[in-house]
Amino acid sequence: MTEALPSNSTVAIVERARGEIRRQKRFQTILFVVVAAAAYLAAGYIGEVSLGTLAEGFFGVFTYIYDTAPTLHWATLGEDLASWYWGIERWLLELWKTVLIAFLGTVFGAAGAFFLCFLASANLAPNRIVAFLCRRFLELSRTVPEIVFALIFVFAFQPGPPAGVIAIAIHSMGALGKLFSEVNENIDKGPLEGLRATGSNWYEEIRFGVVPQVLPNFASYTLLRFEINIRAAAIIGIVGAGGIGQELMIAIKQFHREDQSAIVLMIILCVILIDEVGRRIRHRFIGDDMPSRG
Amino acid sequence: MLTLEGLTKDFAMTRAVDSVSLTIAPGELVGVIGRSGAGKSTLLRMINRLIDPSSGKIDFVGEDVTALKGKALHAWRARCAMIFQQFNLVPRLDVMTNVLSGRFHQRPTMRNLLGLFSEEDRAAAIRALDRLDMAPFCLQRAGSLSGGQQQRVAIARAMVQNPAMLLADEPIASLDPRNAKRVMDALKTIHEDGVTVICNLHTLDTARAYCTRIVGMAQGRVVFDGPAAELTAAAAREIYAGGDEEDQAVFEEGLTSLSVTADPEPAAKAS
Repeated sequence: MTEALPSNSTVAIVERARGEIRRQKRFQTILFVVVAAAAYLAAGYIGEVSLGTLAEGFFGVFTYIYDTAPTLHWATLGEDLASWYWGIERWLLELWKTVLIAFLGTVFGAAGAFFLCFLASANLAPNRIVAFLCRRFLELSRTVPEIVFALIFVFAFQPGPPAGVIAIAIHSMGALGKLFSEVNENIDKGPLEGLRATGSNWYEEIRFGVVPQVLPNFASYTLLRFEINIRAAAIIGIVGAGGIGQELMIAIKQFHREDQSAIVLMIILCVILIDEVGRRIRHRFIGDDMPSRG
Repeated sequence: MLTLEGLTKDFAMTRAVDSVSLTIAPGELVGVIGRSGAGKSTLLRMINRLIDPSSGKIDFVGEDVTALKGKALHAWRARCAMIFQQFNLVPRLDVMTNVLSGRFHQRPTMRNLLGLFSEEDRAAAIRALDRLDMAPFCLQRAGSLSGGQQQRVAIARAMVQNPAMLLADEPIASLDPRNAKRVMDALKTIHEDGVTVICNLHTLDTARAYCTRIVGMAQGRVVFDGPAAELTAAAAREIYAGGDEEDQAVFEEGLTSLSVTADPEPAAKAS
């Protein structure tokens, strides 16, 4: 035990303040845990999620996957694979279309996000109203699921890839715009201030002060979005926006279970491929900035 | 002629600058000294309007700087160049582009955004860098340079603005003595070329060695204003120790020293 401190000593004052802060923090922590637990239970109750149903369904998943698996025998492997992938040529073509839909949608979406993200960042927007409107617009673009946009555009134009491209572009713009604007909010303000002091205007500050700082992050988010969009493009094919999704839909509707597994496996392999390529591109982008550990 | 009248800046809890009135004649090299937190930085930032004053007026040759907006404000900042303690270059851009940004205001925005710079602008940038022995680093990324080198790039950027005035906010506070001397010598050369220089320093001896006039600040107020020769030990104590008797007792000028002194003759260009 230390001897009693005079109540007005510096140590005592600091200790008292520290105790005060800790008490407040502890109260906040407890409150947070209680609220989080209540929300968790309420979510389960309202969503009608019970552990029993989950457990039942859990095995159902495996049964389904097992049912879609092809019958392969070692002796006749070549023939079995050929018959499993009987539609390989058409599927590859459709998969390629899906990749193109995802690619175009990502490019348009990223371009839109790029132009809006600076207006949506709290630290860069010319004023609060512009930032507010921009953020709401991006929100609207991303809260409506791609599949809903796809349905609208399939109806408005006609079934086919253009509807898919626009649907994906709008959703990507909303999602990337939010991420980009948050990257912008984390920049180092020094370079920006340096430019402002030269008499640069807003556009010049953004172009030379912000863009060089944020570009690597923008690139990695865009590549991630491309991967996500391949999956999305496959799904919106189901409502007639072209690509591999249409094939998958036919296989599901007609109970061609082996076709389902064949197509899903192709999509997975495709995403893995894109992931690897994307990683290489991204490293090229930021490579010279990586701290060396030599 | 730059005139400050009752310039004041309030932040949430504190008054950073407290009704400062100064008149600075063209061609002066003014050193603003004082402890950290004395309001030196805030004062400089208000002069080129990076922050807005809470009250008071800034007047430059009959023009009310405090009222400027939009294009006129950008034009004022371009005429009143600034360098910073942390250099504030864009680390990912090359040295050349960083310096060229000093020309942005004189050129069409679209050409700037597309990165189309004329040979003339590039030549001006290279000459400015060459004066500071930085030409060999032109195409390197600014972030790869040492602090002293970055500060010289920042000075080159300020010089291609062809400013009437140069504000230097603690330009040598992050530098070693040797680099500090190079930077101060560069400021002296710029001053000799006829540019008004206002320089925040927290070392007394540097101010004595380089400045034609010294302004001492304590707690947001100007407590000393005069030529370096008039800055007595008592005045220095007032600036650095304020009203605190205990601080005054232990104050020694050596505490603020960085051992940077000027050459006896006008700073010759290093070769």
